[in-house]
Amino acid sequence: MNPAFSVIFLTTLIGAGQGLFLALMAIQSGIIAVPSASARLFFIAGDAVALAFLVTGLVASFFHLGHPERAWRAVAMWRNSWLSREVIVLPVFMAVVALHGLCLHTGFAYADQIGIAGAVLCIALFYITAMNYVCLRFLQEWATPLTIVNYTLLGCASGFTLATALAAAMEPALAPDLGRWALALTLLAASARIASLIRNARLRPKSTLQSAIGMRHPHIVQKAQGFMGSAFSTREFFHGRTRQVVQGVKWGFLLLAFVAPAVILGLGSTDGRVSLSGASIAFVTQYVGLLAERWFFFAQARHPQNLYYQAAS
Amino acid sequence: MTQLALVIDLNVCVGCHACVTSCKEWNTSGVAGALADENPYGADPSGTFFNRVQTYEVGQFPDTQTVHFPKSCLHCEDPPCVPVCPTGASYKRKSDGLVLIDYDKCIGCNYCSWACPYGVRELDEKEKVMKKCTMCVDRINDENLADEQRKPACVLACPTNARLYGDIHDPESIVSKAIRENGGYQLMPEWETKPANHYLPRRSASAIDNVLSRNVEQQRPNELKATDAPAKP
Ligand code: SF4
Ligand code: SF4
Repeated sequence: MNPAFSVIFLTTLIGAGQGLFLALMAIQSGIIAVPSASARLFFIAGDAVALAFLVTGLVASFFHLGHPERAWRAVAMWRNSWLSREVIVLPVFMAVVALHGLCLHTGFAYADQIGIAGAVLCIALFYITAMNYVCLRFLQEWATPLTIVNYTLLGCASGFTLATALAAAMEPALAPDLGRWALALTLLAASARIASLIRNARLRPKSTLQSAIGMRHPHIVQKAQGFMGSAFSTREFFHGRTRQVVQGVKWGFLLLAFVAPAVILGLGSTDGRVSLSGASIAFVTQYVGLLAERWFFFAQARHPQNLYYQAAS
Repeated sequence: MTQLALVIDLNVCVGCHACVTSCKEWNTSGVAGALADENPYGADPSGTFFNRVQTYEVGQFPDTQTVHFPKSCLHCEDPPCVPVCPTGASYKRKSDGLVLIDYDKCIGCNYCSWACPYGVRELDEKEKVMKKCTMCVDRINDENLADEQRKPACVLACPTNARLYGDIHDPESIVSKAIRENGGYQLMPEWETKPANHYLPRRSASAIDNVLSRNVEQQRPNELKATDAPAKP
């Protein structure tokens, strides 16, 4: 596939926002060391930052549409379309995050309950986002439960790293614990992503030129695709880069999204103090790595329609 | 239930592109708006087409056959492009089985094109909505046209009659008979999309009923049967 930058930004930005919100919930529920009384401000700031990521992601997604002014129509087919479900759940989740922050700010009760509803929506959103890709069965690189695992873990890893940076700035007592969680999630995400790389390297495409045109002969060559210039079919489904570039992006994202942040977070968590600059660098590096990861995710998927577009003339 | 479809006979398609140009001509001129052409006379022209004729070479020299292969939306009976559409713009019409797009509802998200394994959906570069073959829905439903005119433009244009049109759910239709009697097949059966459009396979050289191949057969019967090679004039 030809990676669409709007979708790359959408999925990585909301992933980090979702992960950050889950980190807040992990603290709120006591899974991560209970905060001091002053932590209310940290939570409100966390909700605000998570919301900022979600909104930016949503804005990015509009650039993907030919008719953004009709985007509201996309809520119609929630019964069968994962994209429609995503279009519904994302704004609802954003509203709940905003409400959660507002409740904490005004001292309104039920912030905890709203937080739990937010966490449920957050996990559902990871699932729904991934299912957009999993459900396209002939994009074999995507049609695997590993895609769901990866979207969830990669979002959580970057979100917890972001939470660590935020804690280092506002609530340093929380930072070491969050940093350890971020490190663990980063390592977990790395192993799941590597598992999917191994799986995809072994895939054999189900469709062949033989099944595409229905001729059994082993030697078939396309001589003309029906037009001499370009067309939607030649632009949308292939990245147009060399193998070396794609391989380079792969090693780049393994380094930037996993190795580098893991080293920085690991160093920070051994001496018990996580510096703001260290955690920030870890997050920015990891986020850039995830942009590359998502680019590769698209580029690696081989669409069977490309079988029909092999030779201009 | 009706399922309209095209059946394309690969034995007689000569790759003249008359179906492509007649399709473009009809479908760019209707009330639904033009099919955009970007840079039509420039170095890298690009346009929206519902139908393309491709050419493949099957076999190895000197035993090769040139196969001209028209391809448009196959109006699948189980179309993967429809359920993914978030707006309902893409739908399969119950009355005749056509897969259609409501241009007024489409948000141009491209998702349906990702979900079609056959590469027949194209985002119109000017109107920014998804387009594809409609089986000339505005001809076949037009009661003001004479009966013999109520067929897709490509079918009417084909000089060799390589394109048959009809209801594949009616066992007595011309398309059902053609599929039954000639081993009509579907593209990429592995994805179970059940394309309505079918293709009629190339008959082996010895079976082609024309004077040239009959002569060849009389001259060299053994050779032909042994190698299954294409007819050489
Ligand atoms: S050929 Fe493609 S666009 Fe047409 S119905 Fe089948 S899946 Fe949908
Ligand atoms: S491009 Fe249009 S028809 Fe296709 S899925 Fe999106 S809204 Fe539906």
